[in-house]
Amino acid sequence: MDALDLARWQFGIITVYHFLFVPITIGMSALVAGLQTAWVRTGKEHYLRATKFWGKLFLINFAMGVVTGIVQEFQFGMNWSDYSRFVGDIFGAPLAIEGLLAFFLESTFLGLWIFGWDRLPRKVHLATIWLASAGTLLSAYFILAANSWMQHPVGFEVNTESGRAELHSIWAVLTNSTTLVTFPHTITACFLTGGAVLLAVSAWHLKRRNQVEVFRPSLKLGAWVVLIAGVGVLITGDLQARIMTEQQPMKMAAAEALYDTSKPASFSIFTIGSLDGDEELASVRIPSLLSFMATGSPSGEVEGINNLQTEYAEKYGPGDYKPYVPVTYWSFRLMIGFGGLAVLVALAALWATRRGRAPTNRWLWLAAIASIGMPLAANSFGWIFTEMGRQPWSVFGVLKTADSVSPSVGAGTVATSLIVLTVLYGVLAVVEVGLFVRYARAGAPAVEEHTDDPDRPLAFAY
Amino acid sequence: MELTTVWFALIAVLWAGYFLLEGFDFGVGMLLPVLARDNRERRLLINTIGPVWDGNEVWLLVAGGATFAAFPEWYATLFSGFYLPLLLILVALILRGVAFEYRGKRDDDTWRKRWDACIIGGSLVPAILWGVAFGNIVRGVRLDANHEYVGSFFDLLNPYALLGGLTTLTLFLLHGAVFLALKTGGEMRERAGRLAERLAPAAILIAGGFLAWTASTHHDVAGWLLFAAAALALAGAALATRARREGWAFLATGATLVIAVAGLFVTLFPDVMPSSIAAANSLTVDNAASTPYTLKVMTWVAVAFTPIVLAYQGWTYWVFRKRLTIERIPV
Ligand code: HDD
Ligand code: HEM
Ligand code: HEM
Repeated sequence: MDALDLARWQFGIITVYHFLFVPITIGMSALVAGLQTAWVRTGKEHYLRATKFWGKLFLINFAMGVVTGIVQEFQFGMNWSDYSRFVGDIFGAPLAIEGLLAFFLESTFLGLWIFGWDRLPRKVHLATIWLASAGTLLSAYFILAANSWMQHPVGFEVNTESGRAELHSIWAVLTNSTTLVTFPHTITACFLTGGAVLLAVSAWHLKRRNQVEVFRPSLKLGAWVVLIAGVGVLITGDLQARIMTEQQPMKMAAAEALYDTSKPASFSIFTIGSLDGDEELASVRIPSLLSFMATGSPSGEVEGINNLQTEYAEKYGPGDYKPYVPVTYWSFRLMIGFGGLAVLVALAALWATRRGRAPTNRWLWLAAIASIGMPLAANSFGWIFTEMGRQPWSVFGVLKTADSVSPSVGAGTVATSLIVLTVLYGVLAVVEVGLFVRYARAGAPAVEEHTDDPDRPLAFAY
Repeated sequence: MELTTVWFALIAVLWAGYFLLEGFDFGVGMLLPVLARDNRERRLLINTIGPVWDGNEVWLLVAGGATFAAFPEWYATLFSGFYLPLLLILVALILRGVAFEYRGKRDDDTWRKRWDACIIGGSLVPAILWGVAFGNIVRGVRLDANHEYVGSFFDLLNPYALLGGLTTLTLFLLHGAVFLALKTGGEMRERAGRLAERLAPAAILIAGGFLAWTASTHHDVAGWLLFAAAALALAGAALATRARREGWAFLATGATLVIAVAGLFVTLFPDVMPSSIAAANSLTVDNAASTPYTLKVMTWVAVAFTPIVLAYQGWTYWVFRKRLTIERIPV
């Protein structure tokens, strides 16, 4: 493998790994804040216990989100220096703004939240977790604006003299139509993920009839969040598909392995065969669905890969403009499939626990416990689809991935960092999952006596 | 003033802020095995920086992001050129960050010992390597006409840069000891004070040597003045630690770090990364910069939001201003 392939693998592994923790942080910070608000308003003890319990799990996850984020910030310069030189004028701005507006907010107020129990007035303490949660949303907005610019570059011009892209309108970048649909899709997906954590862990306890007073409300909360976020993901995903068809028709064609322009176009649930445009062996198809997804009309025309390839070769010069179709095809389906599965499980859990019912069906509980992994998988496949579907471009229509990589960094160096980081991430994954399970099993803590002694031992101390 | 100059200064401010704040975090981390005798004392030390270390680290992230936005060529050359040292720093910061959060999460001595090792090593490695990196930037590295780094990893380990690494190491150790003397009470306060007193002469020797070496190779009067001021501040820190004036000592070590960073950036200006091959290959505030439009946008953002950030970070320090004593750490 050459430095380019290695750098791509590294980017993919490291970013997908970062994005395992990100959605849990975004979803759970708001849910924990909500539970704490419920406690502050009602004074009911089980809300406080729930806040502390989910707060611990949230923090175990948050630590990983932070440290893996640092790598993200550095790797553009390390592995993608030509990319950084070319787009720094545009791409650097949202990244820097993210740091100044979002990361300071998140980290400072979370520090206050962790150490401020009993030290800050109740309402001020409550405000700190809401501010940290707001920070996670701001952070998502700016990084997604940066990513959307790569999908659909706007507000810039390439300076032919310096050979660099130059920013003309930051407003255009921050209100990019792609950002406006990607942000709600990603955020609803994050809430789906956070809800699934509550659902799954609560199910584990309820299966054992453990601390029902804490985990029954948590299960309901989690399941409702999954359900509502699921609807949100569906609506925003549909909007996104339409925008994507306009802006990157090749990605939509690759999502369906549609080689020839069709009107109307059907959507296959799955296909057996090679997906290389030869006769497929078998597939299950829904007529007109792809047309609807792509254009909003059941009879709309969807361009095919071969037609687009010819078109792009004329426009951008000779070359291969096709992404790797099996990955785009399957990742698109797996994203929808895993997300949909989580929604079904949430529905079933809500139905089975309606009006005080306590179901005993083992399979239901097992499915609910497994639901924690489903949105994580859906998120990863979503990103793999988005990013690999854009290939061979790193900035669509402007800069190729092959021209983005650092010219001065050799394959050996990239391989070293790929191996070091992958091994480190692997070890940390084992540690973090171990801790997460341990704390999840321990259940909610009993509440301590509240005292006003300023020299009492610290709560939530490291 | 031109916006490129403003942004050069702002990046200097971010690095100075990073060294000032994360400097004592690193110091506390490295001093764990020196100052703490048992687990409860180690927890005491870690909790002095507990609420703030993450916010302090964000200064680095913003310095990186601001460099990307304002001087993309600098960001690209620096990060791809110093690849392996940065990888080491990343590994260190990852282990250290996770360790703070996880070490107390299991009641198990082996578990805690391992994470303590991560905190110690994770503080030590960046404390040295940031100095090495700055030493190399100021000294100049092998950049070709495309601004690509063409030297090797071992070129980065030259004596001058290594002395730079020792400088940040000792300054952070001192800064951390002084911080602990300021933030703890009882027996620990005394211990940290004594250690700071003993560290001060070493810091004067090493940091003084590094600054004198820099001054002798760079004829820049403003830089000289700043180096002299940094040396004075360090001497002041030594005196204040002897007198056990903890607040003054902390101000003085902080001032040393900030003024020394300022001196290095002033010496560097108008280069941002000089080339040791040919002056024409050097990256400067002009040829590394973004367009005036981007700089203008970023300036507005910085002007609007930096005061807010400083206000709430300052407030955090105010909330946690009390000295921490061993009685407050749960057994
Ligand atoms: C949709 C959301 C999202 C996406 C796509 C990304 N991140 Fe992220 N990132 C977050 C949402 C987030 C967050 C929710 O704000 C995190 C996760 C956990 C956390 O601590 O904050 C975070 C943490 C985090 C940190 C540490 C912040 C700190 O110390 O507090 C950095 C430096 C980055 N990220 C940088 C990046 C970069 C350069 C990305 C792109 C390649 C990226 N993130 C993708
Ligand atoms: C925001 C969250 C992001 C996620 C979750 C994400 C995800 C991914 C994934 C899964 C890949 C592997 C695809 C492949 O190798 O074919 C990838 C590749 C890549 N992404 Fe992204 N990405 C994100 C943001 C960005 C951003 C902000 C950049 C800006 C430079 C970027 C640039 C790249 C590059 C250069 C590659 C390697 C080349 C390639 O696509 O193969 N990505 N990303
Ligand atoms: C229900 C039907 C869904 C549809 C129609 C849909 C549609 C899409 C489309 C078209 C994209 C690519 C956007 C682009 O490349 O420009 C995308 C990306 C993505 N999807 Fe979905 N999606 C669905 C469900 C889900 C679910 C259930 C999840 C996770 C729980 C999810 C998470 C993601 C993520 C994380 C991305 C990458 C970020 C982004 O580009 O927004 N999606 N989705």
